[in-house]
Amino acid sequence: MNSRIAFVAFNTFREAVRDRVLYNLIAFALLLSAAAILVGQISIDVERLVVLNLGLTAVSLFGVVIAIFIGIGLVSKEIDKKTLYTVLSRPLRRWEFVVGKFFGLTGTLVVNTIFMAIGVFLALLYVERHFDRADWSVVAALYFIVLEFLIVCALALFFSSFSTPIMSAVFTFALFVIGTLADDLRGLAHNTTGIGGVLMTAAAYLVPNLSAFNIVNQAAHGDAVAGRLILYNTVYALLYSAVAISGAVLIFERRNLK
Amino acid sequence: MVAIEILDLEKTYRVGFWHRRPKLALRPLRLTIDEGHVFGFLGPNGAGKTTTLKLLMGLAKPTAGSARILGMDSNDPRVRAQIGFLPEQPYFYDHLTARELLTYYAQLSGVPASERRSRVTAMLERVGIASSANVQLRKFSKGMLQRVGLAQAILHDPRVVFLDEPMSGLDPMGRREVRELIQQLRSEGKTVFFSTHILSDAEALCDRVAVIHQGELRGIGSVAELTQHSHGKVEIIFCANAAPAALTNLGIEARISGEMVNVVVLQEQQDTVLDILRREQIRLISLTPVRSSLEEYYVEKLQPKESSMGATA
Repeated sequence: MNSRIAFVAFNTFREAVRDRVLYNLIAFALLLSAAAILVGQISIDVERLVVLNLGLTAVSLFGVVIAIFIGIGLVSKEIDKKTLYTVLSRPLRRWEFVVGKFFGLTGTLVVNTIFMAIGVFLALLYVERHFDRADWSVVAALYFIVLEFLIVCALALFFSSFSTPIMSAVFTFALFVIGTLADDLRGLAHNTTGIGGVLMTAAAYLVPNLSAFNIVNQAAHGDAVAGRLILYNTVYALLYSAVAISGAVLIFERRNLK
Repeated sequence: MVAIEILDLEKTYRVGFWHRRPKLALRPLRLTIDEGHVFGFLGPNGAGKTTTLKLLMGLAKPTAGSARILGMDSNDPRVRAQIGFLPEQPYFYDHLTARELLTYYAQLSGVPASERRSRVTAMLERVGIASSANVQLRKFSKGMLQRVGLAQAILHDPRVVFLDEPMSGLDPMGRREVRELIQQLRSEGKTVFFSTHILSDAEALCDRVAVIHQGELRGIGSVAELTQHSHGKVEIIFCANAAPAALTNLGIEARISGEMVNVVVLQEQQDTVLDILRREQIRLISLTPVRSSLEEYYVEKLQPKESSMGATA
């Protein structure tokens, strides 16, 4: 990473960390983990299942909310507040700014996820009293959640490069919801014929296939995660994010600042 | 050497819901500014000053034309390390302290890590906010933010400095300090391009000025040339409690202030007036030719073209 991208990324990270909303969300996520413990205590023999289902889903949802909440303002807020004027008049290319912003936000989410993951593992330790080999699937589930964040951040940034924060939030959230149902959409497209089928297939492959990243149930049951899936999801998330970021750069390069 | 060369730079925005309706912001603009000069870009609000600066800074894309700064294309990242920019009513990351903000800008401008700390400290002192260096910018007043803006514009020791309404939001002391800062920059050999609609500042600071109105360059020249133009009148001030009757008989209007009388007469009447004063044994204080002010030049250039041409004719 070149140093200018790193400086923008660090400033983005610092801004997010100093944002009180982010602190509130972390606190809320921790509260949810505490709730998981409570539910785990009143459940019989399914403590692990309940704690991991609730904990990992909370990690995913709160991370996605943070990704959308901050991601939609990454570019548009800087344009509206005109903070970009004194940044882009320096030897910083527009693409470096966009990429720096992306890394800053994903960095924030990784740190955030690490803290939430610690909460999940502490909750797991609390109900099971020990860790075992099956818990590696929880690490894989958390890794997939981070990959999911990469895609959501990239999409939020893409929409933020040309749309208002509210519209960006709507578009990103819509794609997130459709993306979690991508498997069903592909199945539906497979069973549809004619032009409708072609269009539906195109749409099904255009939206991010986030359902492939959801292995919360598998992790909760302690099932092993195939190495091939890890590789496939990693490549897919990186490629999808790269395409969305490239789109954001292409649009942002042509924009006139107000 | 030429510092800034604007070559038929032009900007038309597309407005309306479908972005179809053209709105001309800047007609083809051609300007050359020599290195080491302080150049004033004058015009009322909405004249096209900020648009020109945005085009020069790469913040907006020109519809046509180009600009060169220090011999390089204005969009060349290498040239960006050589220029400083203060936008109008600057906004900064208010979660940062003044020191953090300047450090961030120093990083982006390529100031070597070993020099950053000392450069930032020196700059905070230079603009008079060293005591608030570790305060978050959200707690700064408008005047203090303007000082931060000036600091970030010159932090990396640029050769060319662009200032958009640098006196905006400053109290009289702040304005005086900015004027001194611009004079210091000139003495350091920097080129300063600043937009303003405060003519006294331009008159006091600039080597050359241009007047822009409705996106069109209306006039350009050196301040000395523009203000040396004589009206063919002289102003005579003398000591008296009232104007002598011989003067009022000539139809000359006098302005009395305490024990001083001030008259403005045509140059041809100058000797007649002096003879009267000599005859009446009145003490002469001063006699000075009446010069054009920058304000008169500015007002003339802002007139609609037809009436301006009519006046000339």
